[in-house]
Amino acid sequence: MTLGREESQVAQQVTTGSEVVGYRRDHDAVDPPYLHPDYVATRTRAPKRPLIPLPHTLSEITGPVYGHERIGELDHDLTRQHEGEPLGERIIVSGRVLDGDGRPVRNSLVEIWQANSAGRYPHQVDRHPAPLDPNFSGAGRCLTDDDGSYRFITVKPGAYPWKNHPNAWRAAHIHVSLFGPAFATRLVTQMYFPGDPLFFQDPIFHSVRDPRDRERMISGFDLENTVPEWALAYRFDIVLRGREATPIEED
Amino acid sequence: MALMPTPSQTVGPFFHIGLSDDGRAELVSPDDPDAIRLWGTVFDGTGEPVDDALIEIWQANRAGRYAHPEDTREQIPLEDGFAGFGRCATDTQGRYEFITVKPGAVPGLGGALQAPHIEMSVFARGLLKRVATRVYFPDEVEANEADQVLGSIADPAERGTLVARGEAGALRFDIHLQGDQQTAFFGV
Repeated sequence: MTLGREESQVAQQVTTGSEVVGYRRDHDAVDPPYLHPDYVATRTRAPKRPLIPLPHTLSEITGPVYGHERIGELDHDLTRQHEGEPLGERIIVSGRVLDGDGRPVRNSLVEIWQANSAGRYPHQVDRHPAPLDPNFSGAGRCLTDDDGSYRFITVKPGAYPWKNHPNAWRAAHIHVSLFGPAFATRLVTQMYFPGDPLFFQDPIFHSVRDPRDRERMISGFDLENTVPEWALAYRFDIVLRGREATPIEED
Repeated sequence: MALMPTPSQTVGPFFHIGLSDDGRAELVSPDDPDAIRLWGTVFDGTGEPVDDALIEIWQANRAGRYAHPEDTREQIPLEDGFAGFGRCATDTQGRYEFITVKPGAVPGLGGALQAPHIEMSVFARGLLKRVATRVYFPDEVEANEADQVLGSIADPAERGTLVARGEAGALRFDIHLQGDQQTAFFGV
């Protein structure tokens, strides 16, 4: 991973003194609580003791670097990983990964997974009686570019039933996993689609308490990135935690 | 202008599709003379093993250097092929297992060395955000005693949940998500 000028300066600040520059803890107000009883599985899995505050040391401000790992040429295109094309509505999902100060998070791994267009995962645990698609595995990955941008081509995932409560259905979503620059910035989230009629009864979506925060998990229809006569597009920008230190202004 | 972070959501039961642990549970070759086996079982609040958890670890190399641009201590060598990251999904018995090396000590607050430790994240269905913990080593009694992070945990039993147990030539680190034996988890 090559460091831009801003990152080099942060790195210098971090290691010239004996104290490192940590990450802001504003995610605490945004993230769902561990225990959200409407999501039944949290009842036996949510830790009950209060979290122990961990000061940010070198161990927390560093994290896995993926820049050197090879990403396959078609890893970002979920519609071209098999002999034929998957069924469903082809879509482009793109956006930028930014830090809390609006700076691009570069060369950072983005991993996604999702159900097929019928709402079925090719996973042994998934018993939903909807068809599997031999041309769709539902997994993709890519690295963000210098602008923090990423782009996937896939099909729109279907909604699927689950057993959380009577007639429970997950709102359509794509799982998104990000590392960012540090152990502290690790994030797994879900991208939702605008106007989904299933939001009202989805306890995972509603585990995020503030409606404005929930709103930021919903992608936007992205006319600009549609490809005429080929695919519609959705935009999903992702924000990772910002740094505690005052950012150095660019020239 | 500060931007608020995107909220966390659960990995759900199907993460195996997208978060491949293929080859990532071995950070070093099992033939490495310093190789250690770090394993454990993840339990829920009813004492049942959690067979759909994902464990990730992050650690310094055996000399105590992180393979990361912000660890600029050039005097400590990096190791070719050692990235310091591991990922392992639990099996049907709720078990995970890594082959790695014991990391060297790294500086903490005020520059004092921390006891050797491995950073660990646990993801699972029913966890709306990861839980983060640290694995400490049973043969580092003195360093553990002096460690600032361990020292910040008042209850000795809770502190003890962070020290792996030496067992049959391996290190065992069970994770209890909930209950009387709950593992100490950190707000990172």
